[in-house]
Amino acid sequence: MQRTECSALMMSVLGIASVEELFEDIPKKVRTSGLKLPDRVEEADLARALRDMLASNKPVTEWLSFLGAGVYFHHIPAAVRSIVSRSEFLTSYTPYQSEVSQGMLQALFEYQSFIAELTGVDVVNSSMYDASTALGEGVLMSHRISGGTRFLSSKAVNPEKLSVARLYAKGANMEVATVDYDENSGTVDLDDLASKMTDDVSGFYFETPNVFGVFETCWKEIREIVGEKTLIIGANPLALAIVRSPGEMGADIVIGDAQVLGVPMNLGGPSIGVFGCRADHIRKMPGRLIGMTEDAEGTRSFCMTLQTREQHIRRSRATSNICTNQALLAVAVAAHLALLGREGLRTVAMKNLVNMKSLSSEIDSLDGYTAPVFGAPHFNEFVMRSPVSIDRLNEILRKEKIHGGYAIGEWFPELKDCALVTTTEMHTSNDHRRFIEALRVSK
Amino acid sequence: MRYHQAVHEVPILLEGCAPIVDDRAGRESEGLLPSDLLRGGLELPDLPEREVVKHFINLSQMNFGVDNGLYPLGSCTMKYNPKICDEISSMDTVAHLHPLQDVSTIQGALAIMFELENMLCEIGGIDAVTLQPAAGAHGEFTGMQIARAYHESRGESRSEIVLPDTAHGTNPASAAMVGYDVLDLPSKDGCVDVEALKAAVSDDTAAFMLTNPNTLGLFEKEVVEIADIVHEAGALLYYDGANLNAIMGKTSPGRMDFDIVHFNLHKTFATPHGGGGPGAGPVGVKQHLEGFLPVPRIVCRNDMYELDYDRPESIGKVKAFYGNFAVLVRAYAYIKMYGRDLQHVSEQAVLNSNYLKQGLMDVFEMPYGKLRKHEFVLSGRALKKRGLRTMDFAKRLLDYGFHAPTVYFPLIVDEALMIEPTETETKDNLDAFIAACKQIMSEDPEIVRSAPHNAARRRIDEVKAARDMILSWRSYRGKKESHHNGQASTARD
Repeated sequence: MQRTECSALMMSVLGIASVEELFEDIPKKVRTSGLKLPDRVEEADLARALRDMLASNKPVTEWLSFLGAGVYFHHIPAAVRSIVSRSEFLTSYTPYQSEVSQGMLQALFEYQSFIAELTGVDVVNSSMYDASTALGEGVLMSHRISGGTRFLSSKAVNPEKLSVARLYAKGANMEVATVDYDENSGTVDLDDLASKMTDDVSGFYFETPNVFGVFETCWKEIREIVGEKTLIIGANPLALAIVRSPGEMGADIVIGDAQVLGVPMNLGGPSIGVFGCRADHIRKMPGRLIGMTEDAEGTRSFCMTLQTREQHIRRSRATSNICTNQALLAVAVAAHLALLGREGLRTVAMKNLVNMKSLSSEIDSLDGYTAPVFGAPHFNEFVMRSPVSIDRLNEILRKEKIHGGYAIGEWFPELKDCALVTTTEMHTSNDHRRFIEALRVSK
Repeated sequence: MRYHQAVHEVPILLEGCAPIVDDRAGRESEGLLPSDLLRGGLELPDLPEREVVKHFINLSQMNFGVDNGLYPLGSCTMKYNPKICDEISSMDTVAHLHPLQDVSTIQGALAIMFELENMLCEIGGIDAVTLQPAAGAHGEFTGMQIARAYHESRGESRSEIVLPDTAHGTNPASAAMVGYDVLDLPSKDGCVDVEALKAAVSDDTAAFMLTNPNTLGLFEKEVVEIADIVHEAGALLYYDGANLNAIMGKTSPGRMDFDIVHFNLHKTFATPHGGGGPGAGPVGVKQHLEGFLPVPRIVCRNDMYELDYDRPESIGKVKAFYGNFAVLVRAYAYIKMYGRDLQHVSEQAVLNSNYLKQGLMDVFEMPYGKLRKHEFVLSGRALKKRGLRTMDFAKRLLDYGFHAPTVYFPLIVDEALMIEPTETETKDNLDAFIAACKQIMSEDPEIVRSAPHNAARRRIDEVKAARDMILSWRSYRGKKESHHNGQASTARD
């Protein structure tokens, strides 16, 4: 039966002559007559038009890129896309009906398990929107744990992330203040932290690696200074394959962005916010949790649990308003980690480290350039000081089809003439050579 | 009944994984990092690609999506998601863009976002849109921050958000998260009680949050009066866009005099929900609130798209960068595909909903009036006479190859079943659903109570999950070990 015939039949069942009758409860005063939008487009024309429109973009698969700063170009095994393209995962809703949603629920449990292992904490939720909102939620949770009117963050954090955290903090009437970084090492200035750690402070946030790409070396001292207050540590989940976990460093809450584990950059979204904490804070935690249980026949099963923290049950007293999160990407992360495995993940992480070492030393040997600017150990990005203004430099690089490093002076005025340069396992020695050559010529 | 979900025995990926070995010592020699920073062991599986793919494909077969069948989850608008939209959004020119690329290298991306903002303005009847929020609730959070900034800019500090008791749970949660007190307004005949609203609003009211049609699927006919009451109190009117699929082209939030609107692109505009996300929750506002939108704003100057951060009144950022771009591209493609015919999408959604409702009226009671929009709410109260509850009925529907409706919401309907078929279901599918509902009502109650029988699992024990709190492999292993140790020590005693 044709669609129109069906509609006619349905209307006759309802005893109406026109579908308009179903809208007669909308008062005339607020009625509109249709939409001022273009005519519908057939699939072939749509595909053509969008391809053409998007063709003016220069993706990092066409141009060589040294951009990072929280979003990274890593290899994603083809099997990851194949797995998350499965309709059963892709087109399902939140797994409210657990009996027909075991696939999604187990995959999310596996995500929680992997990330708990990597971050070294007891509990990880099944995702937040991204690292910046995870930090915002972390600040609010810090308030639930430790109270206070002020939250401290290391200054060596992407200021846009801090902008998000400040907005979230307003809800608990908290302000977010920053703690300086040591200008030689790029790590937390311990004296400044100690002087600001007053009674009204709720907690402290630092990253490792931080916005300058450096690992925090004084984590023991920081934990001591923070004392009984809440410590939030931000980590790069890929780096955790080779470095000590935030859990081991004594974090109460761990955040990060798992985009680096199987999610394309997508112009910055969607990515996937990691959020974990120590077991004793579970009930103060935001976000969805998947737990293991049994069905009526005693078979191992999974379902959403501790939902009494969540908005659909607790409403205005929920720990967060989050409902839709990044579930499908959590499946991608689980698949990615399973495909790489322990050795694969370590190899990728080491390759990032090695590439960073070689690129920074090559740049440092160029006349007039300094890299890295900071002295602490780095992961896969570093701050480079250039004899040419970064805007000028990047303009020259674009002519060579290279996306140069980010002009970090935009975020830190004291780092004028500096760029944040990122290299990953995707860069070959030839890619480095092209970059070095372009830098040499641009001087 | 021919539906049977696949059942596979799929071990957890870490099950049988080799024990962790602290191999720090072996790696120190590499000398690239100080030993104090090095990690000890790392517990991850070591499986060939073939095994990993098998694992996830078998898991996927134990999951039910819209592509499997009717998914009438009320308020979630589980419509079919056209595949072309997925295909476009996975192109390199979408997936492999870095957000900090120079704007000259992302002109196509910015053009799509700019045009999407304009199309959402037209559909929503509003003046400006931000695409930054990542989900509906995040849009509400953004909207409430805008309300707060607006009142503060006028030197007022209003502390309260008013909303009807039928509101989605995210509404009060978002308001509270922004620091507002929440006042629940009891409904009258399923709609806003206008007199009660009048009494409730004051110069302390920052905004009234409403979804129209509401969660019962009823159009709030007194919306004009509601808007006047709210605005006269100096408060803002907020539109929760979860139910927008009912009214496109027929009316708009802007036309109804709402000041702030969020859209759920993963509902109305057919982007796949991915088992819980990612979605996208753009927020639109009327002109007087435009200055408060998050930065950056996408602007077009001399045929070049740029990112404008110079908005002194802006609330700042609600998430990193510009929104869930890969989701935005899908929604853009969907809106382009339908164009002005989007109003037929709403017509079909409402027709389907009313047809389905008509077929179920003699199965269940339906409180609060007959004419519904895109969804309707039935009461499963009659089930109690047979010793059953709405949840039993919902679980039994799974056995027939249908996803269950939303249950026990809204709270004002006893044993609620909230049903939203969407426009993409055929009459045959709706008839099959009606037939299944009737069939279940004539079944032995014991069969219904012990449902599901044909899903990958029998009824799952949620209470045990909350009690045991096994939230990761790590906690499972820990609890198992302490259990064994406990048994061992008992044996020794």
